[in-house]
Amino acid sequence: MTVTADLAQQTADALWDAVVVGDDHAAGHVVRRALDDGLDPESVLLDVIGGVQRKVGAEWAADRLTVAQEHAATAINERVIAQLSATVHYPRPHRARIAVACVDGEWHALPARLLAEVLALRGFRVDYLGAQIPTPHLITHLHTTGPEAVALSGSLAPRLPTAHATITACQAAGTPVLVGGSAFGPGGRYARRLGADLWAPDARTAADLLARGAPLRRQDAHQPIDDLPHLADQEYTLVARSGRRLVRSVHAGLDRAGHGTGHTPEDLAHIVDYLCTALYLDDTSLLTGYLTWTADILAVRGVRTAFLVPALDLLATELRDFPRATRLLHEARAAITRTTPDTEPGPDA
Amino acid sequence: MVETEHAVRQDVPADTGWRGAPYPGVVVAGEAVSAVNAAAERLLPGVVPGRPLREGSAWLADAHGAFTAGARGPVSGRIGERSFEAHPAAHADGSVTWWLVDSTDVDLAREQLRVERERTALLSKVSSALLTSLNPDRCRQLTAQLAADHLADAALVIAPGSGREFPVTRCTRGGTPVHDRLAIEPEEVTGLAEALQGFPPVPSRWIDPGSAPDWLVTEEFGEIGSIVITPLPGHGVPAGALVLLRRSRHQAYTEDEEVFARLFAARAGSAMSAARLFAAQASITEILTRDLLPPVLRRVDGVEFAGRYRAASDTERVGGDFYDVHPVGVEGDDLLAVLGDVCGKGLEAAVMTGKVRGVVQALLPMSDDHSRVLSLLNDALLSRHSTRFVTLVLASVARSTAGVRLRLTSGGHLPPLVVRANGVVEEVPTTGTLIGVLSDITSTTAEVVLAPGETCLLYTDGITEAVGGPLGGEMFGEERLRTVLASCAGMPAEAVAEHVHMVAAEWIGDGGHDDIALLAVTAPRGQHLTAVGGHGRGRYTT
Repeated sequence: MTVTADLAQQTADALWDAVVVGDDHAAGHVVRRALDDGLDPESVLLDVIGGVQRKVGAEWAADRLTVAQEHAATAINERVIAQLSATVHYPRPHRARIAVACVDGEWHALPARLLAEVLALRGFRVDYLGAQIPTPHLITHLHTTGPEAVALSGSLAPRLPTAHATITACQAAGTPVLVGGSAFGPGGRYARRLGADLWAPDARTAADLLARGAPLRRQDAHQPIDDLPHLADQEYTLVARSGRRLVRSVHAGLDRAGHGTGHTPEDLAHIVDYLCTALYLDDTSLLTGYLTWTADILAVRGVRTAFLVPALDLLATELRDFPRATRLLHEARAAITRTTPDTEPGPDA
Repeated sequence: MVETEHAVRQDVPADTGWRGAPYPGVVVAGEAVSAVNAAAERLLPGVVPGRPLREGSAWLADAHGAFTAGARGPVSGRIGERSFEAHPAAHADGSVTWWLVDSTDVDLAREQLRVERERTALLSKVSSALLTSLNPDRCRQLTAQLAADHLADAALVIAPGSGREFPVTRCTRGGTPVHDRLAIEPEEVTGLAEALQGFPPVPSRWIDPGSAPDWLVTEEFGEIGSIVITPLPGHGVPAGALVLLRRSRHQAYTEDEEVFARLFAARAGSAMSAARLFAAQASITEILTRDLLPPVLRRVDGVEFAGRYRAASDTERVGGDFYDVHPVGVEGDDLLAVLGDVCGKGLEAAVMTGKVRGVVQALLPMSDDHSRVLSLLNDALLSRHSTRFVTLVLASVARSTAGVRLRLTSGGHLPPLVVRANGVVEEVPTTGTLIGVLSDITSTTAEVVLAPGETCLLYTDGITEAVGGPLGGEMFGEERLRTVLASCAGMPAEAVAEHVHMVAAEWIGDGGHDDIALLAVTAPRGQHLTAVGGHGRGRYTT
C-alpha cells in the first residue's frame, strides 16, 4: 500500500516537473515507466495525473502559474491520458452505461475526463461528452442512448443554477444524476439542495457508488422550484438580470470614492456572480467563502483588497429593496471584516 | 359522533318515540339486554330483553364491554350482508342505549372513492413515468415493469422488429426488467402478429398457456394460469404488443381491470410510438449532420492542430462556421487547413458549409494554387444562384527544417494571427475578396514560418464580435484577442484553442453569441508523444 503510495507520489513529482516546463515527451515517458513499474492505471489517473492537476490549481492560486500556463499544463495532462488509454488494457464493458459530462460553461474538463477513464477501467460503458455541452444536447443524448445514470462534474459555483437546470432536465428524462466537483460545496451540501440523486467527493467514490448498482430511478414529478422554494421571491431572477448594470454602478461608485485602482471590472463581476449564486441557493457561506478566497488570491497578486467592503456596501445600497440580498450582503460583510481585517478601508483610502 | 354520556334517561316503556324510532336501538344494563325497539327486533332477532347481549351480537357485546371500560369513538360491525355503526348513549343509572346506523352505502361509496383515487394516482404515475423517456428501450422497460406490478404477475413487451428479430423486454412482479432480442415467429402466438402490425385494431386475446411457445414462458415464473396479448395502439406507428402472464386461471379481466388495462395500453402505446419516432428522427438528423460537424483533428507528426466550435444556438450542433484539415498529394506530406464562415447561422448556413467544404475537398489536387481554388469555389457558389456568400482562409501547411511553413490566403476573411515564441503577436498580411458575390475575385497570399512553440490562429468573427464583458455591451475586439494570444506563446495547440475559446466565452457570459470557430496550427516544441489517436492513415496520424 505504502509502496504504491510512494511510487504514485514519486511519479506525480516527476510528472509535475515535465508538465511545468511543457515537455509532453517527458510527461508521457514518466507515466509509461510508472505503468511498467506496476502502478495501477487507476492510481496513475487519480493520484498522479489528478495530483498534478490539483497542484496546478494550487500554484495558480499562489500566482506561480498564469491561467494560460494552467491550460498548457492541462493540455499535456490530456495528452498523457490519451496515451494511457491507448496503451492500458480496458476490460470489455460489462457494467451499466454512464454518460459523463461537465456542467455547461465549465472549463475544468479534466476531472470529468479522469472519471470517464476510471469508469471505463472498471468495466462501465462510458460516453464522455466533455465540457461545453449545452443541456439540450445532453438530453438528446440521454433519449438516444438511454444510460443508467449521468455523472455531472462542476468546479465553478456560479454555474450551479445551470447545473440545477441540467440535473432536473436529466431526471425529467428518467435518468438519475450523480454530481461531483468543488462547485457542489463542502460535503456536497449543494448537491442535495439541487436535488441530485447521488454525490461523490472523488472519482473513486463515484465509481464505487455507481458499481453498487444503478441508483433508484425517480418517478415522482419533480419541479426545480420544489428544491428551492425561496426562489418564489424572484430575487435571484431580478438580481441576475441586472448583473451587468450592478457591476457598472459599483465600478463607478468605487471610482468616485477613490477605490478605483487595483481591482478590475472582472473582479466585481465575479462578486456579483457569486452573490447571484448565493441568492439562488439561499446560502451566505457561498458568498463569504468566495470573498475570503478572492481576498487571498488578490493579496497574493499584490492587489489592494480595500475595495471589497465598499463594493459590498455599494451593492447593498443598490439592492436595498431585496430583503434576502440585503441580508446576504450584510452577513457577508460581517464575515469578511472578521476573517480578513485588512479589507477594511485604511485611513489613506 | 353521538357522545351523550349524560343523556337524560328516557322512560322507555312510556316513550312512544322509542318504540317506533327509525334506527335500531338496544338498551343494555350490565351484560344483559333490558329493552329493544321495533327496528332492532327486526334487525337482530337474537337480541332479546333479559338475555345476555352476546347471544344476539358478539361485536356489539364487545363494543359495549369496551365502552363501559372507558373506550370511546365509533364502532362498526356487520349484521348479515350490511354494515352498521353503533353509537352509545350512556345513562345515569349505568345502562347504555346503543343506536345502530346502517353505513353500508356510505362504506361502499368510500371504498369506490378509494379505488378510484388509487387508480387515478396510478394512471398519473404511469403517465408521468412513461412521459419521461423518448428512448425506446427505456419505454419498453417501464411498460413491462409497470404492467408486471399493476396488471399481471409478469409481463413481456414485444416491439416491432426488423425481419426475424424482435426486441423483447420481460419483467416479473417486483423484479428488474430484462432486455433481449429474440428470433421469433409472431404467427406462433394467436393475435401477436396482428398486434405487432399495429393495424387493424384488434382486441386483447386470451390464449391457452399450453399453446404458448417456450420463449414466452419464463422458467423462474412457474406455472402460468392465463396469458393475454394486448396490442399497444401506436397512432400510425406500430408500437408493439404487451403480453401479460397471470397465475390465475381466470381468463378475463374484471370490469375495473378492463378499464385500467385499456388506459394503460393507450398510454404505453403513445409513449412507445413517440419514442420510436424520436429515435428515427434522431438517427436521420445524426446521419444528415454527421458530415457537417467539425472534424476531430488528429495529431499529425510535426504539426499540431486544435479546433474549437460552438454553434450560436444551444439546440443546434452545427452552424455557419467550419474548419477542416486535409492531407494533400499522393504522399499526403502537405496539408491544407481551411476555416470559414458562411453568412447566416443555423441549419441553412450549416448545409451551405457542407457544400463549400465538399467543393474545397474536391479541389485538393490543385490546393497549391490558392487563387485558383478560391476562384473555382467562387464560380461554383455563383452558379448556385444562392444569395449566401462565404469568407474563408486557406492555409497550406508543410513541415520544414526550420519549423512549420504556412502559405495563407484570405477570401474576404479576418486575417489570421501568429503568436511568436517571445509573445509578439503578428497579423498575417493576406487579403482577398469574399466568395460567392462577385464574378471576379482577387487575393494575396502570405507566407509564414512557425518556429517551435509558435502558433497561427485562424478564427471567425464570433470571437472578435462577441458582445459582453464584465460591464456588459462591449465588443471583445481584436485587441483583446491579441492580448490573450500573447499569453499563449510556447503553448500546445490544444491549450491555445482552449484558452482563447474560454476567454471569449467568459466575455460572452450568459448572453447570446454568433457561431464560433477557432483553428490553431502550432509548430510543436521538442519531441512528441506518439501512439495517440492512431486511427488515421500514414505516418501523420500516429
